[in-house]
Amino acid sequence: MRAPDAVAAGDTLLAVDNVSLRFGGVKAISDVSFDIRKGEIRAIIGPNGAGKTSMLNCINGFYHPQEGRITFKGETRRRMRPYVAASQGIARTFQNVALFKGMSTLDNIMAGRTLKMNRGFFWQLLRYGPAMAEEIAHRKVVEEIIDFLQIEHIRKVPVGKLPYGLQKRVELARALAMEPELLLLDEPMAGMNLEEKEDMCRFILDVNQQYGTTIALIEHDMGVVMDLSDRVVVLEYGRKIADGTPDEVKRDPRVIDAYLGVAH
Amino acid sequence: MGTLYAIFVDPFMQMGSAPDLLVQTLWEGLVAGVLYALIALGFVLIFKASGVFNFAQGIMVVFAALTLVGLYEKGVPAWIAVFLTLGVMFLLAVTIERVVLRPLVNQPDIILFMATFGITYFLIGFGESLFGGNPKQMIAGELGLPRGAVEVKMLGGFVAFQKIDIAAAVIASAMIAGLAVFFQYTRIGRALRAVADSHKAALSVGISLNQIWVIVWFAAGIVALVTGIMWGARSDVSFALEIVALKALPVLILGGFTSVPGAIVGGLLIGVGEKLGEFYWGPLIGGGIESWLAYFIALAFLLFRPQGLFGDKIIERI
Ligand SMILES: Nc1ncnc2c1ncn2[C@@H]1O[C@H](COP(=O)(O)OP(=O)(O)OP(=O)(O)O)[C@@H](O)[C@H]1O
Ligand SMILES: [Mg+2]
Repeated sequence: MRAPDAVAAGDTLLAVDNVSLRFGGVKAISDVSFDIRKGEIRAIIGPNGAGKTSMLNCINGFYHPQEGRITFKGETRRRMRPYVAASQGIARTFQNVALFKGMSTLDNIMAGRTLKMNRGFFWQLLRYGPAMAEEIAHRKVVEEIIDFLQIEHIRKVPVGKLPYGLQKRVELARALAMEPELLLLDEPMAGMNLEEKEDMCRFILDVNQQYGTTIALIEHDMGVVMDLSDRVVVLEYGRKIADGTPDEVKRDPRVIDAYLGVAH
Repeated sequence: MGTLYAIFVDPFMQMGSAPDLLVQTLWEGLVAGVLYALIALGFVLIFKASGVFNFAQGIMVVFAALTLVGLYEKGVPAWIAVFLTLGVMFLLAVTIERVVLRPLVNQPDIILFMATFGITYFLIGFGESLFGGNPKQMIAGELGLPRGAVEVKMLGGFVAFQKIDIAAAVIASAMIAGLAVFFQYTRIGRALRAVADSHKAALSVGISLNQIWVIVWFAAGIVALVTGIMWGARSDVSFALEIVALKALPVLILGGFTSVPGAIVGGLLIGVGEKLGEFYWGPLIGGGIESWLAYFIALAFLLFRPQGLFGDKIIERI
C-alpha cells in the first residue's frame, strides 16, 4: 500500500534551519533549527505562545518564515505551499479541531484521500466505470482506518454533532487517510478526559509502529511527552532552549526553569 | 377604516372571489422566483467556496446571454454557440481566478468585493464592444424552447401557462438537482463542500483552492448562462437585465448567503410575494411596487431572523 520510502529509517526526514518568523513586531520564531528523523516521534514542547503551532504552520506551508530554510526529503523550498506540502506527504491536525463540520465522518476521512484520487472530471460526472472503481478502492482504505481508530459507530454522523474527543479522533483519521510520511499533531489530547487520552496515546504509538509514520507532536502533558517521544525540542518565546531525549531534556536546568518549573 | 379594509380585507376577498386569477398570479410569481433563485444560487456557490460576495453575478447572466446571441448573429449555429459560450464562461472563470482572486487572496473581504465591481464594469464594457449595446432577441426557438401557452380550465376560469415558463421551471429544477447530485456524490463536490466548511482544513489535505475557485466560478457561469437563456426568452437580452439580477440581493437576505436551499426557497418566496403584492396591493399605491417590494419583504424578515431562512446561526466568538 505504501510507496517505497526514499528516506531510510533513522535518516533526516525534515530539517529546519535557522528559521525566523515575525508577525509585524511579534517575533513568533527566532532562529530555530532542529531536525526530525524518519520513523521517530518528535515532541515539540514549550509554554503558551512559545511558537509551537507557528512552527507546524511553517512546516506545512501555512506560514512562510522570513528567514531560514525547511528541507523535506532532501528538497528545500523557499515558500512551501500547503498543497505542495500535502502532496509531498505531510499531513496534520489542528490545535482547535478543523473539520468539515457539515460532512459525515466518512466524508471527512474520504476528503483526506483527495490527492490519491485522480480520475478526471468527466468520469466523476458519469460516476461510472473507473471513477466508481476508484471510489470503492478508496473506501476500502478509509474503512481500515475507521476500524483502526474504532469509530465505526459514527461513520454517518455529521462531525459537527460529535463530542470534542471524537472530533479529534476523526481529525486524526482524516490525516491518516493521506497516508502521510510526516504527521504533524498539534495538541491531539487537549481537552480530553483520561480515558480518551490513553486511547489517543495508544493510537499515536500504533500509527508510528504499524505504519512507520514519522510524527511531530505538540503536547502540554509532560507524562504523555515523556512516554511517547523519542526526542524532544523545547521552545520558549520563539527560541529553542533545549533539544534531546526526554531524559536529557528533563534534566536541563533551562527547561526546568522555563517550563517544568512552572507547569509542575 | 376604509384604508385598513383596503389593505387587510379587500385583497383577500379578491383572491377568494377569483381563485383562477390567484393561481395565475402565483404561477407567474413562481416562475420569476425560479429565475431569482438561479441568480442567487450563483452568488451562494461563489460565496461559500471563496467568501467573495460576487457583485458581478447579475452581469454574468447578461454577459452569457449576450455572448450566446452575439455568436449566433455572427453565423454560429445555435447549439454550437451554446458550447462556445460555455467555453467563454470557463475562460472567464480561469481569468478571474488568475488575475483577480489569486493576487488578492488574504486581502480583506471588502477588497475582493470591490474587485467584483471591477469585473462587473469590465464585463459591461467588454460585452458592449464585442456585441453592441442594443437589446437582442434570445434565440429561444432555435434552441428548441417551446412557444405559446397551455390554457387550463380550472376554478371557474382559465389559467394560462406559458410553455417557455414551464420549460424554465423544469430546466431550472433539473439543473438544481444536477448540482445537488454533483455536490453530494463526486470527489470534486466533496472538495467543494470541504472548502466551504474550512479553508485551512481543506488546504491541509491538499485540496487546491485555486482549482476549486475556477470550478465554482465556472459553475456560477453555467448557472448564469441558463438563467440568461430563460430570462432572455421572456423579455429580451440587454444590460437592463442587470436590474433583475439585483433582485438576488433580497433573495440572499431571505435565504442566507451560505445556503443553497435558502437561495431556492428565498427566490420562490420573493417571486411569489412580489407578484401577489403587485397584483393585489399595487393598485392601492399606484403601481411601481415591484421595484422595491422584494427589499421590503426581505428587510421585514431580517428583523426577525438576522441569519435568514436557513443560514447558520451567527455566534460571534468573544
Ligand atoms: N497569524 C498570526 N498573526 C499574528 N500573530 C500570531 C499569529 N500566529 C501566531 N502569532 C503569535 O505568535 C506567537 C506564537 O504563537 P503560537 O500559536 O505559535 O504559540 P504556541 O506555542 O502554539 O502556543 P499555545 O501553547 O498557546 O498553543 C504568539 O505571540 C502569537 O500571538
Ligand atoms: Mg499552539
